[in-house]
Amino acid sequence: MRRSIMMAGAVGLTLTLAACGSDTSESEESTETTAAAEETGTLTVWVDETRQAAVESAAASFEEETGADVELVLKNFEDIRTDFIAQVPTGEGPDITVGAHDWLGELLTNGVVAPVELGDMTGDFEDVSVEAFTADGQVYGLPYAIENIALIRNTALADEAPATWDDAIAAGEESGATYPLLIQTGTEGDPYTYYPFQTSFDAPVFEQNEDGSYSPEIAMGGDNGHAYAEWLQEQGEAGLLSTDMTYDIAVEAFANGESPFIIGGPWMIESFADLDLSVDPIPTAGDDVAQPFVGVQGFYVSAQSENTLLANDFLVNYMSTDEAQTALFESGARPPALTSAADAASSDPIVAGFREVGAEAVPMPSIPEMGSVWAFWGVTEANIISGTSEPVEAWDKMISDIEGALDS
Amino acid sequence: MRPDESPARRFGPGFLVKLALMAVVNAFGVYVIISAWTAESWVILGAMAVMLVVADWVYFSRRTVPLKYIFPGLVFLLVFQIFTIAYTGWVAFTNYGDGHNSTKEQAIEALLVQNERRVERAPSVPLTVVEDGDELGFAVVREDGTVEVGSADEPLESVEATVAGGQVTDVDGWTVLDRNDVLARQGEITDLRVPVSDDPNDGSIRTQDARTGYASTSTLVYDEAADTMTDTTTGTVYTPNDDGEFEAADGSTLSVGWRVFVGLDNFTLAFSDSRYAGPFLQVVLWTFAFAIASVATTFLLGLFLASVFNDPRLRGRKIYRTLLILPYAIPGFVAPLLWSGLLNRSFGFVNQVLLNGASIPWLTDPWLAKLSLIGVNLWLGFPYMFLICTGALQSLPTDVMEAAKIDGATRLRTWREITLPLLLVSTTPLLISSFAFNFNNFALVYMLTGGGPRFDDASVPLGHTDILITMVYSVAGLDGNAPKNFGLASALSIVIFVIIATISAIAFKKTRSLEEIN
Repeated sequence: MRRSIMMAGAVGLTLTLAACGSDTSESEESTETTAAAEETGTLTVWVDETRQAAVESAAASFEEETGADVELVLKNFEDIRTDFIAQVPTGEGPDITVGAHDWLGELLTNGVVAPVELGDMTGDFEDVSVEAFTADGQVYGLPYAIENIALIRNTALADEAPATWDDAIAAGEESGATYPLLIQTGTEGDPYTYYPFQTSFDAPVFEQNEDGSYSPEIAMGGDNGHAYAEWLQEQGEAGLLSTDMTYDIAVEAFANGESPFIIGGPWMIESFADLDLSVDPIPTAGDDVAQPFVGVQGFYVSAQSENTLLANDFLVNYMSTDEAQTALFESGARPPALTSAADAASSDPIVAGFREVGAEAVPMPSIPEMGSVWAFWGVTEANIISGTSEPVEAWDKMISDIEGALDS
Repeated sequence: MRPDESPARRFGPGFLVKLALMAVVNAFGVYVIISAWTAESWVILGAMAVMLVVADWVYFSRRTVPLKYIFPGLVFLLVFQIFTIAYTGWVAFTNYGDGHNSTKEQAIEALLVQNERRVERAPSVPLTVVEDGDELGFAVVREDGTVEVGSADEPLESVEATVAGGQVTDVDGWTVLDRNDVLARQGEITDLRVPVSDDPNDGSIRTQDARTGYASTSTLVYDEAADTMTDTTTGTVYTPNDDGEFEAADGSTLSVGWRVFVGLDNFTLAFSDSRYAGPFLQVVLWTFAFAIASVATTFLLGLFLASVFNDPRLRGRKIYRTLLILPYAIPGFVAPLLWSGLLNRSFGFVNQVLLNGASIPWLTDPWLAKLSLIGVNLWLGFPYMFLICTGALQSLPTDVMEAAKIDGATRLRTWREITLPLLLVSTTPLLISSFAFNFNNFALVYMLTGGGPRFDDASVPLGHTDILITMVYSVAGLDGNAPKNFGLASALSIVIFVIIATISAIAFKKTRSLEEIN
């Protein structure tokens, strides 16, 4: 009896070994390739769908010239930030990931990102793009695209760019379209799209240091903030701003020719393929310049990367070329961060228009405190527009709530 | 079959099938073990090895007949339930979150890297990695064409060397590393700091791509023996504190911390922040109201429709039943999004078409938003209740009904005193689980109202339709509106688990008394 069990065991074992025979050879092969790869190196890069093709072609020439392998991992752009923070410490993270500059503060406090030394190339990039990836004097990413909003004008309905909000509304009403001007809002508000109007009242969100970085001191309170809040209420009462106007509704209305103006970014352009467009500076509501936020997209290097040399080599010498930056521009339609590539892309008047507005813009704060600001900012604006809150009172409460959240 | 002759020991077809299946299981297990070995995940390797040995023992031993049946279930329970719960429990007692993301070693590493400053006006120089025995060094080409070489211990010094194409190709006393050697020793090279001179203020040369180097100085220095960080510009000394941060004497801390156990801090923190005290009570009340109202409305509507469509006199019952189940077929993530569009105040279908252009703030008025939430949940949930009630009604014994009829009971009385109690016996456990589900119905609230409209009087980003689980999501910063705090999130979800477990346990105990009717 015992022997039969032994037999069964032996047969089972043989079968097992036979069954995993193919497995073993396979894993042997993969160990071999890893061993070989350790000599030449394998870079893991996280990309999202829009950037995949562009990074692939840069990777191909990198592979050819250095003999290293580049493995692209396709991820949802929305997941990258959290996954990067969670996975880098475990050693499972990538060597390089695409990302936006406003993640930098969070990536730094979590110690997951390493500096990228651009060296003498710094001057080849648009100033604002390098500035956006700089914290405390060190650069942490290789910028590749700049995005900002502007006034998109349907030239069939309005022949000249308005300088002020009142001009824009007057021109819009004159055109006979359903909406004088479209701006996405939503019930939670949209402080990003509204920011140029706020800056035209000289009420920036944070104090800015001399080098352009932000310090966590709220600067949008006081009289300027109140003036902006009151302006929001007036326009809300006049029906020019509405919390029911979501992104989808605004884009569709503009595409149908229901308005001569929409405030929006390059990501909207493909929805307006049938229209003749012009991209102009955002009209001012207050007495100052209307400065939108600039977002910069770029590549980060993991702090726990075992291939730091390869990763930096790839970014600084292969992703910062004209071809790579132009390829990224073609797949994403956002103006390149490399000045020479941006100049080439500016032959398109739409790109040139966004770039011109971007030159006047301010980088979106990347300090971690910004998260607590978003939570109160939008809803307060929405409540003022919809008339549920009194402007000055609501604005002051928002400032104290944000300060409370920052202190806790 | 003789009593001692179990299928386990007969070499029949059954045994061969088992052998084949176990071979597959073993092959999979060995594959996982090998992968874990290459990835150096020792815990997974150990757990898999133990599970594999136990599986083989269970299925090849004669004495483990009951285990043969429950073993697969046990494995899944262990992997998908016990592990998750244990991990959540563990995180709840740590300060894992933004600023405390990793280990102390990694935090120190990050702090040191973040506090290196490039020496002002120092140009980047062409650099070559060289080696003397085992010692690595850098050879750099100065602007005037001279070559300097140095290592971690020896500052840069001029040497005789050959330069081609701006890069050093040969140095006296050193061998130049080729590209493959450089890549094989990447870690050492990026960690190497070659002092520029004997004066530490001149900084040290470092490189990130092994082609160019630049001089930088560190403003933070870590003393391993004393376990302290020193800021070289101000002289401030930071020592590690209990919260997993470096802290100076004046209480200021360095930005990157690490994960430590904080005991019950997360549990007390959740209830000690005064800003949350008022909204918290409202959120709890609404969570109970929402869960109870959802179960009650869906069950009543489902029961009513089930009773109506169970009547054999109704024609085309099958068609009606199929149509009624349709909302159940729409994914629970998509339906709330659809409804949030339909209920938009100015552009939504409900106001525009059904109500002829009225502008009713369905999702932005506190009470209407609550009503909309329950209404949408009713639309989503009644088909489920309809299905289980139909099933339960059809399985009721007909003899009891006949007996009641013979005894002269009215239809209403039969329904109230026989049908309903019998129905409740089989549906109550499902009602309890439905309550537990709705208590945590995150997707619906998040997709439909996002918790809004906000409380006017509160100083925290919470709204009238927030339930406990969406509150946790926001408080712990998982929505990006506050620094992330996974420890707090885990602690709060354990609190929610305790609430639901208690209610369910009590409710199940009550149902036993219902079963006694049978």
